[in-house]
Amino acid sequence: MPKLTIDGIEVEAEPGMTILQAADQVGIEIPRFCYHERLSIAGNCRMCLVEVKPGPPKPAASCALPVAEGMQVWTQSDLAVKARKGVMEFLLINHPLDCPICDQGGECDLQDQAMAFGGDRSRFHEHKRAVTEKHLGPLVKTAMTRCIHCTRCVRFITEIAGIQELGMIGRGEDAEITSYVEMALTSELSGNIVDLCPVGALTSAPYAFHARPWELRKVESIDVFDAVGSAIRVDVRGNAVMRVLPRLNEDINEEWLADKSRHAIDGLRYQRLDRPYVREDGKLRPASWEEALRTVAGRLLATDADKVAALAGDMADAEAMMLLKDLMGVIGSPHMDCRQDGAALDPTDRASYLFNPTIPGIEDADALLIVGSDPRWEAPILNARIRKRYLMGNFPIATIGPRTDLTYPVEDLGNNPEVLDDLARGRHPFWRILDDAERPLILVGMGALSRPDGREVMASARRLAERVGAMREDWNGLGVLHTAAGRVGGLEVGFVPGHGGRDTAGILEGAERGDLQVVYLMGADEIDTARLGEAFVIYQGHHGDAGANRADVILPGAAYTEKHATYVNTEGRMQRTWLAVHPPGEAREDWKIVRALSSAMGKPLSQNTLDDVRARLADVSPTFADANEGAVIPAAPTRGGSGGGAGRLDRTPFTSPVGNYYRTDPISRASRTMAECTDVYINRTGSGDSKRTGTDG
Amino acid sequence: MLLSDKDRIFTNLYGHHDWRLKGARARGDWDGTKAILAMGHDWIVDQVKASGLRGRGGAGFPTGLKWSFMPKAVGERPHYLVVNADEGEPGTCKDRDMMRNDPHKLIEGCLIAGFAMRAHVAYIYVRGEFYREAERLDAAIAEAEEAGLLGDDACGSGWPFRVYVHKGAGAYICGEETALIQSLEGKKGQPRLKPPFPAGVGLYGCPTTVNNVESIAVVPTVLRRGASWFSGIGRENNTGTKVFCISGHVNKPCNVEEAMSIPLRTLIEKHAGGVRGGWDNLLAVIPGGASVPLLPKDICDDVLMDFDALKEAKSGLGTAAVMVMDKSADVVASIARLSQFYMHESCGQCTPCREGAGWMSRVMDRMVTGDANPEEIDILEQVTRQVEGHTICALGDAAAWPIQGLIRHFRPELERRIAARRGQSGKGAAAAAE
Repeated sequence: MPKLTIDGIEVEAEPGMTILQAADQVGIEIPRFCYHERLSIAGNCRMCLVEVKPGPPKPAASCALPVAEGMQVWTQSDLAVKARKGVMEFLLINHPLDCPICDQGGECDLQDQAMAFGGDRSRFHEHKRAVTEKHLGPLVKTAMTRCIHCTRCVRFITEIAGIQELGMIGRGEDAEITSYVEMALTSELSGNIVDLCPVGALTSAPYAFHARPWELRKVESIDVFDAVGSAIRVDVRGNAVMRVLPRLNEDINEEWLADKSRHAIDGLRYQRLDRPYVREDGKLRPASWEEALRTVAGRLLATDADKVAALAGDMADAEAMMLLKDLMGVIGSPHMDCRQDGAALDPTDRASYLFNPTIPGIEDADALLIVGSDPRWEAPILNARIRKRYLMGNFPIATIGPRTDLTYPVEDLGNNPEVLDDLARGRHPFWRILDDAERPLILVGMGALSRPDGREVMASARRLAERVGAMREDWNGLGVLHTAAGRVGGLEVGFVPGHGGRDTAGILEGAERGDLQVVYLMGADEIDTARLGEAFVIYQGHHGDAGANRADVILPGAAYTEKHATYVNTEGRMQRTWLAVHPPGEAREDWKIVRALSSAMGKPLSQNTLDDVRARLADVSPTFADANEGAVIPAAPTRGGSGGGAGRLDRTPFTSPVGNYYRTDPISRASRTMAECTDVYINRTGSGDSKRTGTDG
Repeated sequence: MLLSDKDRIFTNLYGHHDWRLKGARARGDWDGTKAILAMGHDWIVDQVKASGLRGRGGAGFPTGLKWSFMPKAVGERPHYLVVNADEGEPGTCKDRDMMRNDPHKLIEGCLIAGFAMRAHVAYIYVRGEFYREAERLDAAIAEAEEAGLLGDDACGSGWPFRVYVHKGAGAYICGEETALIQSLEGKKGQPRLKPPFPAGVGLYGCPTTVNNVESIAVVPTVLRRGASWFSGIGRENNTGTKVFCISGHVNKPCNVEEAMSIPLRTLIEKHAGGVRGGWDNLLAVIPGGASVPLLPKDICDDVLMDFDALKEAKSGLGTAAVMVMDKSADVVASIARLSQFYMHESCGQCTPCREGAGWMSRVMDRMVTGDANPEEIDILEQVTRQVEGHTICALGDAAAWPIQGLIRHFRPELERRIAARRGQSGKGAAAAAE
């Protein structure tokens, strides 16, 4: 532990730390632009110059200089202050100083540091540099004249996003950051470079000129566009969500956020169900809550309990599913399921449906097999964690699945489920690697489980995990990667078929045949609604999507930004969203709708407040106890449990449930930004140029 | 006083003789190399230290000391010797002649130096424009391999050693050692942060030493003739022979190997036929390549050409490229041209150099015509100070120093031009500066 002094304060730093990190430790702030603790050290902005002894008689870049025993550092000496002032002057001479029309204004590092360290007037009388804009895709807007060449964006895209598409070309003052060939960045994490940019060179394109940071109310919440549960901050003005930014959570998303989670939010403004509807003569017409609830209650009461079923969708929150499950109990129907894709997940064995290694645990793994999953699209944040682990070295990765360009090299074992069987029987060369690994990780995706032989695939994966020692008390390396934010919550609630109840396939089959007469869709849109047959369909949800289109009664619910709701992520981590804006129009928080329905039926549920509902949840599963918010309660691995697997594996290749990353759910399907992304990245039709005008230079 | 022919190392600097192996051997190259290697790694390093050899690429860091920074044993990572033959410093053309006419000196030096630092591979990074020189090096390496001087058993020493030639693509910055390493790895030529130094983490992350062509090429002769012979030439701490490149307003521009610490005036008058129009027609001399501050005539009268004397005169020996300006030269325009050069060659990585080089160059351009305010001379001086010492590599210093030299010694000339311009236009030149 080298000891040094910084500004006279004695600091004990860990070996290998840089001066800047040591200073941060004791609360001495050294200004910086290029340094970022999650990126490699570039040392190019020179803003962090400090005076160091012993050493040459010139200031040293504190972000890059490792601490040494007996070092003396001054951050406020004449030499250091003068050096910083000089650097600041250089940064500003070619900076346009167009703060009044810059979206970064108010949250700009350059602005802040110029106030602290800059001079009060310019000595630069030459012409300023102008730089042409770059096309980086529909999400990132550029104003490259403002660029200070810190290369944070380049390092993020190269190191963390893992694509070689951004770099600095040219030399000297002609150096420019560009995507080389003027193509949109093909990364699902591209929005993060907007956060990283310390100036206004890269700003959010969908958010351009919409708001100033000081006008926004900031609400901390949780993302629900995938099952990772990234920590987010919802920025709100009035009753409108203006933008979503990542929030620090080392256990999940560190400080990154995937593009859909960040930019699909304009979908919250379109296609909204803002009042109840009732179908009359084949057409939906607006109705009052009273009428809608009365209609539904009447139907439910008039129908034989065995002919009523309920399906919960991918974004359904635990509170609503809890109450709906209880209501189904009151009615007396066992037909319900939260696995609308029919995934073979065993609700009785918690370890069999969680991502047991946990997301930070990926960094402890030493070999990885991906089965039937495309983590890059199903969970970009988790994929970034895999890449982070890959960069640490000694991490063989193989995949049996639909995609191999995952931003890190993988050994493609062939997209054939039988390879998994070979592995499980130790008949495949990669088995040796998994067997030799101390902590092998076997990632099983929904593409492997939501198919007719899902049980067999899962059984094979379990056999493999057991044989290579991945299911121990100290390391459970079998991880199920979910794609739906509400799924694990539904399983924990027990929103699954009761005794003799029908699962998703059974419900659809029953409705099609006419055996079921009422189907309650709790935000379930990813089913084939044509198979609902003649059934009376109740749709509770927030968007006019497939389910609402088929519904006979629509009960308008709240989206994730509009309610206090509980979600459990793929690891089994219980987290809560926070109401940032109120649901539009007459829409209501989902648990309240179910509660109101129970009263309309004359069979009121006993929960009257959110706290009541949460107490009920905690009764059902300790996962939901208030104290466990944000924590993973590990599931004990059950050897040989939930075997199934008597059948044979189908040879059909795995496909990912995420066919188009940008449109996976009702919100992103309603988002214009995501539609534009689809054009650019999926259909390859729009180059992004279509919206350019003559003033785009 | 002058270096006698018998003490010259580069005996074929002018290409009068055969550059091939046969000719080189006749001049004494590759003589007893095996015996030298047999003395061991550390002996060689110690001898080079004792000779007082300082790096010939410009910075003048003691060569033996630099070699001693390499790990004493080869670990998991191999060691590399990299020869910097990216001779890009304006005014400098010594390495080119050495490679063209005496390639075997360099190759033998690679073997001995590489052996001393426990490397089995040397890369010679040749400036791309030196196409013929690279060809000649390749031919000489092939000859040496053919003769068993290089290869799996170099010179019968049992030490496998190979030399590879790599051609650069014409960026000045790639002559900076870490940028050169980047370029050699196939990356964009941008200097790396130091520490870590190349001796710890260099080429492909392995221990690496980067030396100038001349530093390596003199080593075989130094070891054959003894460290004390080399250290006996020149002054204390500035020993040995040095190849000077004399250009500009002299009667006979030339490359010449002379003793270190020779007086500048003697050097010019004995070897370059004197200043055009006589010594009194001298205006200024840039003594060590474009990066060092110029010296006015009164200093040139008696300054010695070595590291310490020139440093004392607030200039530097640099690459010993002596650029002479007589009174017909426009000294401001000359320095302005150098500023343009540095603006063009700045890699753009770090702020002070990227932004400062352009700023300085533009102000310098205005100084040539006098389109400036008198206060701008001071501002310009301050800007050079803001660049100097604040950058990742020394290019920022190199961009700043020539201007500092100009302001230090020719400030009245700058003021005269500004005043003249003001008189001419009848109003403040501030208008031009707006």
